[in-house]
Amino acid sequence: MRKLTTATAVAFGILAMGAGAASAEKLTIGLASEPTSLDPHFHNLGPNNAMSVHIFDRLIAQDEKQRLSPGLAVSWQPIDDLTWEFKLREGVKFHDGSDFNADDVVCTMARAPVVPNSPSGYGTYLKGKEVIKIDDYTVHFKTAAPYPLMGNDISTIPVISEQGCNSTTEDFNAGTAAIGTGPFKFQSYKPGESIVLTRNDDYWGENAIWSEVEFRPITSGPSRVASLLAGDVDMISGVPTTDITTLKGNDAIQLSQGVSNRVIYLHMDQFRENSPFVKANGGGDIKNPLMDVRVRKAISMAISRDAIVDRVMEGVAIPAGQLLPEGFFGVSDKLDVVAYDPDGAKALLAEAGYPDGFELTIHGPNDRYINDAKIAEAVAQMLTRIGIKTAVETMPRSVYFGRASKGSPDGLPEFSFILVGWGAGSGEASSPLKSLIHTYDKDAGFGSSNRGRHSDPDTDALIEMALSTVDDAKRQDLLAQATEQAIENVAIIPTHFQVNTWAAKKGLSYIARTDEYTLATGVVKE
Amino acid sequence: MTVFIIRRLLQALLVVFMMSVIVFFGVNIVGDPVYMLVSPDADQADIEAAISRLGLDRPIWEQYGLFLKGAAQGDLGNSFIFGEPALKLILHHMPATMELAFSALFLAIVIGIPLGLYAGLYPDSRLSKGIMAASIFGFSLPTFWVGLMLIMLFAVELQWVPATGRGDLGSFLGIQSSIFTLDGLSHIFLPALNLALLKISLAIRLTRAGVREAMGLDYVKYARAKGLSTRRIIFVHVMKNIMIPVVTVMGLEFGSLIGFSVVTETIFAWPGMGKLLIDAILQLDRPVVVAYLMIIVLFFVLINLIVDILYSILDPRVRLQDQGA
Repeated sequence: MRKLTTATAVAFGILAMGAGAASAEKLTIGLASEPTSLDPHFHNLGPNNAMSVHIFDRLIAQDEKQRLSPGLAVSWQPIDDLTWEFKLREGVKFHDGSDFNADDVVCTMARAPVVPNSPSGYGTYLKGKEVIKIDDYTVHFKTAAPYPLMGNDISTIPVISEQGCNSTTEDFNAGTAAIGTGPFKFQSYKPGESIVLTRNDDYWGENAIWSEVEFRPITSGPSRVASLLAGDVDMISGVPTTDITTLKGNDAIQLSQGVSNRVIYLHMDQFRENSPFVKANGGGDIKNPLMDVRVRKAISMAISRDAIVDRVMEGVAIPAGQLLPEGFFGVSDKLDVVAYDPDGAKALLAEAGYPDGFELTIHGPNDRYINDAKIAEAVAQMLTRIGIKTAVETMPRSVYFGRASKGSPDGLPEFSFILVGWGAGSGEASSPLKSLIHTYDKDAGFGSSNRGRHSDPDTDALIEMALSTVDDAKRQDLLAQATEQAIENVAIIPTHFQVNTWAAKKGLSYIARTDEYTLATGVVKE
Repeated sequence: MTVFIIRRLLQALLVVFMMSVIVFFGVNIVGDPVYMLVSPDADQADIEAAISRLGLDRPIWEQYGLFLKGAAQGDLGNSFIFGEPALKLILHHMPATMELAFSALFLAIVIGIPLGLYAGLYPDSRLSKGIMAASIFGFSLPTFWVGLMLIMLFAVELQWVPATGRGDLGSFLGIQSSIFTLDGLSHIFLPALNLALLKISLAIRLTRAGVREAMGLDYVKYARAKGLSTRRIIFVHVMKNIMIPVVTVMGLEFGSLIGFSVVTETIFAWPGMGKLLIDAILQLDRPVVVAYLMIIVLFFVLINLIVDILYSILDPRVRLQDQGA
């Protein structure tokens, strides 16, 4: 047996060597969505951030599970309630040979929030933080109140050189300013066509195995798969769920899958007595039943998450019982996925005074999340089965999100019952809690995506306390408690966590990331 | 002639202006670009800042006024997404679309006209019937489906050409294009064929109809009687006459090749302006959509003008001055 294994290993080894020699360490990746710029501070958008990771390091890196690890900073810790001290890595060089030090950090943090014409900047993460250089390799970040999420916030900011700080977005796109400390160097950028990077052989960390990487945006799903099959590209991101089964059966292709930080959930109008898309049977007006927690619970019990995952998502998703999948910071270990129980749901509806149900419309996007429109249809069918006669209306995201956020005549959320998703960019539970669950509070910046306007003072207090607790263990507990309360009150109904799929030619595999980034450094030879 | 051209250009200006009203208001009524742009992490203050930075908090007529003012100075606004002038973005993506459209037109002519000629001269032969039947498919099959089938056949199964993307660029007479390199040609073949398919069918049918009609006319009989060779009759006299409708239609169709290369560019990940447009529509990048449509309108008007001029050269009986009004 052992002999056989050795023989196989040797055979594979030879194969791998052959492949390595033939491909000359060049990697070509077909991307589902293209970055809008190479200026790392221009647009706070997934594809842009993923691309900038190659060229620019952060002070703090996020690993494939979004856990924080040392990047250009070797350590970061609070030295008093209002100050975080970052010790910088010494001996790091930018691609142009200049040394990295505290001046680069200071000017990076000054530039990131103020890039001209930026569609969505990084000011969100730098608000209320003052950056002070202590010495060449020590920087202090000061805040007005204790702030535990310093590490998470700072891990989103790509560090550029002092020279880059005086450059425009065009300079970055032309490559002259695209000078970072990252594992790859800029080679060429043709918008809509390709981005080529070459290995930084003087990288302070482990050198990449690829000497050259080419990214090609291929937005059409079937074409992306065809490009992989035709051998144009070595790997693709965003494999369409409909192609997963066929690709699994293809011996020349290797799939890599991993859960993301994105939860798909239902939000219910909990602030209007007369909700526009909730009607009594027959179409008359009705006092909004969604304000009753029993009704919300019944809806949650009526939804078979397993059916959604198995049938709609073709097995490529994970049923959700809370805001983030297990393993993330601030997740509760007491919460299970709500069991499918249509009879219990009916009984609960009757108890709440709706034995015959009511009429409802579910609204959702049809081009934002994997299978979004199909999920909305499935949910509507399940609700209709317990007597809540549900109609479905889906629309392009360009129309949907504006209406869902402030589409009513008085600038309030327009819909009554919606399907949405949330990706926790910070990689921990305060992100969804702060934006989806906390009472809508414009001045404090809470509840910005709380489109159901759920409001519970106890939960709010827990979230706020967590956001000012620097001690990790205590904060973890507070976040878990807040999550438990939110789920207990059915603030939102999580249905599933999205699973992302990458496909590569045989011999390559991808270390799937929860933040959905496609990184050349994550592509490994088997 | 000069008067005619000036008058047509003035008309063009009016059309472009009307178009700007329709497009600007049409595009600005739909959807909300702010939520397409801001990061989900942004709080309410960030969102409001984004709205006012893009000028979306102003009344729509004021936005239109600002747009017109800019347009008069050649500035069609900045892309919401790229932060660059919309016009610059479109011009940057234009060469890729142009080379695709010209290649498709070239294919339509070199494949469509000879086949149509054959089918017109020998209408009863099996081959002609086959050609005509195939041209029906060319007309009726949806472009995106044919595109995917072409990729599956030529790129995935046979592996003759790459599936997507634009190849290496070569330079010839100062023009940069992928049709000047072997790699570029292998990349452009499938998308150009895909885009040309409908036009090939059109050329076949037009040519065939023209040939069949012309062959029975007196001048052909006279030419035969005079003892001219069949070759000379067909390629000099008949061709000259049937070229008039073919040139007109192909010229007009060239506009639609540019305008509707959207589907082909998306399937073949071709970095042209059609691809830019579809991305702009999906992400509600209004300035790019508006600028693109304005440019396309301008194209159509200009192409019509050129076709009219060509027409008068091919058929001296047509006087341009007379049709201006």
